[in-house]
Amino acid sequence: MQQQTRGTIGQQIELPFMESVRISFQSLMIRFGRSVITTAGITLGIAFLVSVLVNNEVTVAMKESGSKQEITTLEEEEAPGITMKDKWLIIMSLIVCVVGIANSMLMAVTERFQEIGTMKCLGALDRFVVRLFLLESGFQGLAGALIGALIGCFGSLLLGLKDYGLDLFFYFPLLPVLDEQPARFGVLLIILAGCVLGMILSVIGAAFPAWRAAKLPPAEAMRTEV
Amino acid sequence: MADVVVKTEKVVKEYRMGTNVLRALDGIDLEILSGEYISLMGPSGSGKSTLFNMIGALDLPTAGKVFIDGQDMGQLSQSQIAWFRCHRVGYIFQSYNLLHVMTALENVTLPMIFAGLSTSERRDKGAELLEKVGLGERTHHRPDELSGGQRQRVAIARAFANGPSIILADEPTANLDTVIGREIIDLIKELNVDQGVTVISATHDLKMLDVSDRIVDIRDGLVERIRNRDEIEIQVGEVGGH
Ligand SMILES: Nc1ncnc2c1ncn2[C@@H]1O[C@H](COP(=O)(O)OP(=O)(O)OP(=O)(O)O)[C@@H](O)[C@H]1O
Ligand SMILES: [Mg+2]
Repeated sequence: MQQQTRGTIGQQIELPFMESVRISFQSLMIRFGRSVITTAGITLGIAFLVSVLVNNEVTVAMKESGSKQEITTLEEEEAPGITMKDKWLIIMSLIVCVVGIANSMLMAVTERFQEIGTMKCLGALDRFVVRLFLLESGFQGLAGALIGALIGCFGSLLLGLKDYGLDLFFYFPLLPVLDEQPARFGVLLIILAGCVLGMILSVIGAAFPAWRAAKLPPAEAMRTEV
Repeated sequence: MADVVVKTEKVVKEYRMGTNVLRALDGIDLEILSGEYISLMGPSGSGKSTLFNMIGALDLPTAGKVFIDGQDMGQLSQSQIAWFRCHRVGYIFQSYNLLHVMTALENVTLPMIFAGLSTSERRDKGAELLEKVGLGERTHHRPDELSGGQRQRVAIARAFANGPSIILADEPTANLDTVIGREIIDLIKELNVDQGVTVISATHDLKMLDVSDRIVDIRDGLVERIRNRDEIEIQVGEVGGH
């Protein structure tokens, strides 16, 4: 073990990006159980949102196809697009999604304040800590949201099958129809949007507490108990 | 005469809680020489950990200055402080503070990642350090598979990762039984002598007394007195007689 030459204080180096990716991935895999729980929060939020949106698409598509076997209420019959009730559901599911994900990430980061303080003691730069959490939450967000989107889509599909039978497959709104009023996004685009939204929300949800913890002096961060 | 490694000048630390201000350090003046083994002693709440944090650049003083190797720590940039923590100081905590997702070896090599060492350098140096603290067989165990004493050994190996000139230890034996605590103290002392590092340790542990070169008694955020080793020896005898 060599002793440092005394007197001069250097500048701390930046770590290679892949090193951060490796550490964050390893950290996710090793606390797999905990990661799954956090990810489940994201999955649920996105599944709810996507199922509401897909359900909506299906209803509109089936109405247009003229195949209205299901007993529909009067107001639904009047409005060709999205009804008030649907809007309400979409807003609700968005809120559930945002709050659920923010909460999961907040919990997941807060219980790791001591780890953040310790890493800073060992020479981690603030931005390294933040980057680690952005990467972790990005992986988690993407995985959770993709699973959630597929579950939500699948759920709505089953519901649609029950309501419209096999006709559903002839008119299935897979692709976007943008030249219509109101524009219809199609199921593929909704899944994609769900993934992106889940990832963004989870990264934002983690970034805020991680940034706050990284800014704290290590002594403060390590004191924090959950 | 050895060089002064750590010098504090009227260091004050206040904690603000609502409208209350608690003065944890009330103007600490202290000089610590290169290669010394210093114990900070004092009752609970006297400010030992607070002083530890100031010296280790883990928190900022409210007033006063800390100099390490003549460098005013208050003048350093964020990046320089990170470098300082990485290369100059090794921290040992009461509760070990290992990362529980990492193996012993990964914990020890983490500071080396921050220092920019290559994978193979890290592996070799990490294994060598774990060997030195007597955990050569345990490199791939995670902290929850190790005993308290073994965890503290990993933490000691980690503290020495980048060849620090100062080791800061905050009650390193408080969670350990007498025998294991003794082993940990001996290990730190051995590294202190072998590597010539300065050891600054906050402690309640009287076993710490006979390895210390000087003892700094802290009371109510002030240095109450400083005792040399020869003054201590008599008192250790007294303690043993209780
Ligand atoms: N972050 C903080 N916020 C508020 N008060 C604090 C904080 N840290 C320490 N204190 C207070 O400062 C005083 C000194 O605390 P410190 O932890 O330095 O004591 P200590 O000598 O290390 O005690 P112990 O032997 O119990 O570890 C105590 O009264 C403590 O309550
Ligand atoms: Mg303390």
